[in-house]
Amino acid sequence: MSTPPGGDLTRLTAAETAEVIASGQASAVEVTRAHLDRIAAVDGAVHAFLHVDEAGAIAQAEAVDAAVADRATTTGALAGVPLALKDVLVTRGVPTTAGSRILEGWIPPYDATVTSRLRAAGLVMIGKTNMDEFAMGSSTEHSAYGPTHNPWDLGRIPGGSGGGSAAAVAAFEAPLAVGTDTGGSIRQPASVTGTVGVKPTYGGVSRYGLVAFSSSLDQAGPCARTVLDAALLHEAMAGHDPLDSTSIDAPVPPVVEAARQADVRGLRIGVVRELAGEGYEQGVQERFDEAVALLQELGATVSEVSCPHFAYALPAYYLIAPSEASSNLARFDSVRYGLRVGDDGGNSLEQVMSLTRAAGFGPEVKRRIILGTFALSSGYYDAYYGQAQKVRTLITRDFTAAFETVDVLVSPASPGVAFPLGAKLDDPLAMYRQDLATIPSNLYGGPAMSLPVGLSEGLPVGLQVMAPTMRDDLLYRVGGALEAALQDRWGGTLLSLAPELPTRQSPAPHPEV
Amino acid sequence: MPEITREQVAHLARLSRLALDESELDAMASQLGVILGAVAQISEVTDAADVPPTTHAVPVENVTRPDVVVPSLDRDEVLAGAPAAEDGRFRVPRILDAE
Repeated sequence: MSTPPGGDLTRLTAAETAEVIASGQASAVEVTRAHLDRIAAVDGAVHAFLHVDEAGAIAQAEAVDAAVADRATTTGALAGVPLALKDVLVTRGVPTTAGSRILEGWIPPYDATVTSRLRAAGLVMIGKTNMDEFAMGSSTEHSAYGPTHNPWDLGRIPGGSGGGSAAAVAAFEAPLAVGTDTGGSIRQPASVTGTVGVKPTYGGVSRYGLVAFSSSLDQAGPCARTVLDAALLHEAMAGHDPLDSTSIDAPVPPVVEAARQADVRGLRIGVVRELAGEGYEQGVQERFDEAVALLQELGATVSEVSCPHFAYALPAYYLIAPSEASSNLARFDSVRYGLRVGDDGGNSLEQVMSLTRAAGFGPEVKRRIILGTFALSSGYYDAYYGQAQKVRTLITRDFTAAFETVDVLVSPASPGVAFPLGAKLDDPLAMYRQDLATIPSNLYGGPAMSLPVGLSEGLPVGLQVMAPTMRDDLLYRVGGALEAALQDRWGGTLLSLAPELPTRQSPAPHPEV
Repeated sequence: MPEITREQVAHLARLSRLALDESELDAMASQLGVILGAVAQISEVTDAADVPPTTHAVPVENVTRPDVVVPSLDRDEVLAGAPAAEDGRFRVPRILDAE
């Protein structure tokens, strides 16, 4: 086991961190303290976290250290590794806001299944990450608590909605984070921060305890700095859950094995013709083309594939997701949790409800509730929501046909590199177009990954791999092979090229490892 | 391009229990018009074709569980997160209008 010069525990991968702890080179408490210090030093500038649970994290780390010391207890593959959770997953006793004022100060009385599984696996939950309100957005600028800043350039967006989770990982505040992906909210942030993000097959990870946005699309998944780390977290969080009736009752695909195999020889890779050209930046397209050529050098067979209905994915999504959201967000009624406004003894429940929702929801959430209510209202249902569901069928058919001739599909993960904060805030359609390439997989339900393939204008570019449902392992085979070949060329990780962040204070010294 | 009027937005806001102010109604009407104009293109492919709708990515049906009692959430813990509670229950404003 090699540790970096100075023994900086925040620079290790999750796999290395777990090994260091299991072998006793460092304690879980030391690892946790190092990350809490890093957060204290840089998160004033990055603002990846909405809440840091210092006491809870130290207590969890102490429990892992006790289990390691007691050799009779076996510890998991990620025991003691710090984890950041997107603030859309409920955490018992730890605030959960979903980036909204309407849930400010709410302390959930239960854990999401993802939360409880990862706690049981010995991961140390260090805090909750920033996000666009109720996961609606592509920049984190729609968070009620202020935007997250991209660690590569603090004046730019970290992507969204899971910008906090991606930025936390990219800024070495945590080696692992959980995100959720309804239309690209794990993959687009991964793309613009130079990290790895995976949306598992819909139904592969439990949605129990995930604050619902669009229930037929929402899926939680891993955010990490390496493909293997993403696979380890994927394996720890996935699997059937009786508490989620849409959860798939089948074994988790062998993602860790595939990441270690990292072999694309003989694999048939299809480049999606429709996810290129207009709307995609030239620098993004160049890095993408180079990566595809590299995959070919590594032994994959590459061909172009047409998915003619992908062009209709974005408009279909912006009918389906708001429709489901308008229904899901009806639960914020000023009665059971969160905010209540105007309860003066005179106003009726309906008036209090309307005042509370007006005060508690931000502009993007209101826009989508109104849009969804429109698309579902009588007289418009068939023309909008009904038609969008037909597009969903056509997109699924495109995927099915493509997977008869190729094993996986690839495209740029995001049409551009990180844009400046504020650049698209007044133009909802321009913001929505960030998800051009990521939405098809959500509508189809299949798994997809973004991994870094280089820089354009000094900013990260991500490549997306899409696979058939329940073939999440194929993502990791491609990702693992491409990552290894690229790091050979770069002589290290892409993130090692990121500029040093300004630090607020120098962290406390740590024992040498 | 589909028209959406300020009155329509006000009606939708009432249906969705959102007390929008005047400037929000104005902004929303013009933004929704633009968004609906952009999404209307889906009819290009769905109008002609006889395509069944997809409601869910992974079709599952009749998921059941044994009908046994399991512990529910702790009442006090749940009520602690409510905006108002009284006598071990959620307290709500009056539900009938004054008139």
